[in-house]
Amino acid sequence: MTDASPVLVAAGLTVRHGQLTALHEVSIDVTPGEVLAVVGANGAGKSTLLRTLAGLHKPAAGTVTLDGEDITALHTDKRVGKGVVLVPEGRRLFPSMTVEENLQVGTTNRRAGDWDIDRVFELFPWMRDRRRQKTDHLSGGEQQVIAIGRALVANPRVLLLDEISLGLAPVIVQRIYETLPAMLSDGMAVLIVEQDVAQALRVASRFQCLLEGTATLAGKPTDYTSEQVEAAYFGFGSAAAS
Amino acid sequence: MIWVNAIVEGLLLGGLYALFACGLSLLFGVVGVINLAHGDLAVLGAYVAVAILPSTNTNALWALLFLPVIFAAFGYVSQRTVLQRSLDSGPLTTLLVTFGLSVVIQNALLEGFSADSHSLSVGSLTTSALHVNSTISISYLRLGILVVAIVVLAVVQLFLARTSTGRQIRAVADDGEAAAISGVNTRHVTGIAASIAFATVAVAGLAYGMYSQFTPTSGSSLLLFAFEAVIIGGLGSLWGTLAGGCVIGLAQTIGAQIDPTLGILMGHLVFLAILVVRPNGLIPARANA
Amino acid sequence: MTSAPVAAAAPSRPTRRIRRSTRVSRWAVLPALVVLVILALLPYILGQGSTSALVNFYILLILGVTWNMLAGYAGLVSVGQQAYIGIGAYAVLFLAQHGWEPFVALPVAAIFCAIAAIPISLIVFRLRGGYFAIATWTVAQVLALLTVRDAALGGGTGTNLPGLDGFDPTVLGAYTYWAALVVAIIALVGCYLLLRSRVGLALTAVRDDDVAARSVGVRVPRAKRAVYLAAAVGAGGAGGLIAISQINVQAGNVYGVQWSAYMIFIVLIGGIGTLEGPILGAIVFFTLQQTLASHGAWYLIIVGSIAVLMALFMQRGLWGLADRFGVRLFPVGYRVSGAPSTPAKDG
Repeated sequence: MTDASPVLVAAGLTVRHGQLTALHEVSIDVTPGEVLAVVGANGAGKSTLLRTLAGLHKPAAGTVTLDGEDITALHTDKRVGKGVVLVPEGRRLFPSMTVEENLQVGTTNRRAGDWDIDRVFELFPWMRDRRRQKTDHLSGGEQQVIAIGRALVANPRVLLLDEISLGLAPVIVQRIYETLPAMLSDGMAVLIVEQDVAQALRVASRFQCLLEGTATLAGKPTDYTSEQVEAAYFGFGSAAAS
Repeated sequence: MIWVNAIVEGLLLGGLYALFACGLSLLFGVVGVINLAHGDLAVLGAYVAVAILPSTNTNALWALLFLPVIFAAFGYVSQRTVLQRSLDSGPLTTLLVTFGLSVVIQNALLEGFSADSHSLSVGSLTTSALHVNSTISISYLRLGILVVAIVVLAVVQLFLARTSTGRQIRAVADDGEAAAISGVNTRHVTGIAASIAFATVAVAGLAYGMYSQFTPTSGSSLLLFAFEAVIIGGLGSLWGTLAGGCVIGLAQTIGAQIDPTLGILMGHLVFLAILVVRPNGLIPARANA
Repeated sequence: MTSAPVAAAAPSRPTRRIRRSTRVSRWAVLPALVVLVILALLPYILGQGSTSALVNFYILLILGVTWNMLAGYAGLVSVGQQAYIGIGAYAVLFLAQHGWEPFVALPVAAIFCAIAAIPISLIVFRLRGGYFAIATWTVAQVLALLTVRDAALGGGTGTNLPGLDGFDPTVLGAYTYWAALVVAIIALVGCYLLLRSRVGLALTAVRDDDVAARSVGVRVPRAKRAVYLAAAVGAGGAGGLIAISQINVQAGNVYGVQWSAYMIFIVLIGGIGTLEGPILGAIVFFTLQQTLASHGAWYLIIVGSIAVLMALFMQRGLWGLADRFGVRLFPVGYRVSGAPSTPAKDG
């Protein structure tokens, strides 16, 4: 833990999808150097939270602040320039483009910093060999890593990882998470959304539980037993404070 | 031997249709707009040339210098205002808005220029031809149009493949949201795509004006031919639109060879036949149902 | 927690009722009938110029209402309905040339359009969205190009509809007017019934969410085809009326895409997706058409611009302003009335 003041702060976010309220007055913050895991069941609002932080959803209420600057109304691409970068659920690589081109698009509005395409190739050497291949020929795990690489080359201050384990074998997921420390250059904050609670709590320094759009249990993984987290995840009993 | 002539003519005509189809393909593939005013924009371009060129005898090739630029600017502004707004309202709206604009453009041209036909002069190029042998002759103008079409397609293709902006355009075409989270300013990039599309429409309009007479309502048939070329050639492939254009062109010229009144009908029938025969129907990459 | 004595009595629970009509729609019935009677009597009151103008209004109304059903409910944005206007007009012409009474040929022509729509739908339904629209337009063009090859039908220049010479002009005008009124009423009632029926409910579900509708068993393609056929009948009826009222049938006119322009503008101005909207739109369009008629192409420039602006800024159209207050003249929805049931007292 280097810097104690949070880099990204979301306060009282309420997001609606048509008639459904996906997030209800959710507040969250993340400090540089930490890994914050947002856990919850399907439909809890985790992805909506990340997407709202990235600028893909407009909140009906609440604010998003980056280093004290209000970015609530800022377009998604501008947020990338400020250092808030999302690795979306389902990877969303560009199917008509090669590995290298996907990474190149990621540099469109990059911040100055240590990360560039070469450094991503150093971290994942196999990518350099395949860089002229179309991405749809690659496995799910490889695609996920490329998607992460695409985000890294923008030099994020806050990296948002949305369900990177989805559709991948557990051993692959583990390997990806093992490279997480290498990705965390000094000062980067990471927000991960995971359905696999055990995996999330293994890598996270803090966690936040969401239940049906509301923030419930939060804290350090070591502060709670797995039963307590499970209860909060499913919304049982006293742990489900609203 | 007349058939060879018809085939050659058909291929040359294909170039013209490909020029039309290029902009249409870009607008739909990247911007997501089905532009029912596309043909009318081309005709508008031809009329603008008529208005700006000092006299009816001025060689319209001069218009190639300024018209595409004017239209590129026009396209960027249109995209960032009208088209973007209609896209935000839904796919139904863009169809209706562009259809409405088509009607407005046609009738504005009728008011401004009357229903008389015009054409653009290209001096001696109109009649000069390459005489291959006694029965086959290739009009230099039409050959020129085919060459221009190929050049335009190649330049756009290169731009998309090699430049950073081109890559961003392709990214937006693939997945607009993923492009945004990668840092691409989708609003600006779709504006660029629209300006390229409009520039090609200007060239297509000039080519058409040099190739044939035009009236304010000529745009409707051009639209259909362009769409047929895109649908046959497959969305997403610029060279496919050239192939599609040639199919339509060939159908029309061969049909006209059988019977002068059969040309356009044959083109449409071939298109519908292809629609029927394709086993899975045609499902374009960005089908908006 | 003994409730034995209380349980003997049936728990009181207000019943819920499902109603189709709103208060406004029930009140609207009587004035509507009065209006109908007045409309039917108009040929006795107005001169021939006015009645023939009103025929044009009814034609616009039919086209607007049926296109709205097609695009606003079934999501099928067609710019090729003029295909059926043409088929309808030429079917009447063909039958009249073979000795049929034109007014008798009219319904037959309209039904024939439904039959013709079946193979056409097999082709055009392979496409979606804008491609579907283009295909419908192409079909209309093909039909026009095929029709002009037949000299008996008038070729490129058109021909007059036989069988109407025996009529006194004023009587003919009146008969045409009544025919148009009847077709308009049938079109309105037909759309209303269709939308009120299961097909209509299915379509509203489809309009809201195609995939969700399919997943609860809505037969989407069938519903869409039903609407497409119904719209063809409507356009065919309009086409027959055009043939009768204009007496001359010309391919460039009846197969012209300007009819699609009129339909679309009517619906955009009046409001898409409701039955009341196109009626209002037809009234506005007709009025603008009549007042600006002397200014050549200007009326289309103005109406077209208004339509475009409405599509961009006022998607619910003019009727959307009233709709905001839940005003419905045509009850096609369902309303649940009655208080929610109170739970039986059993702790």
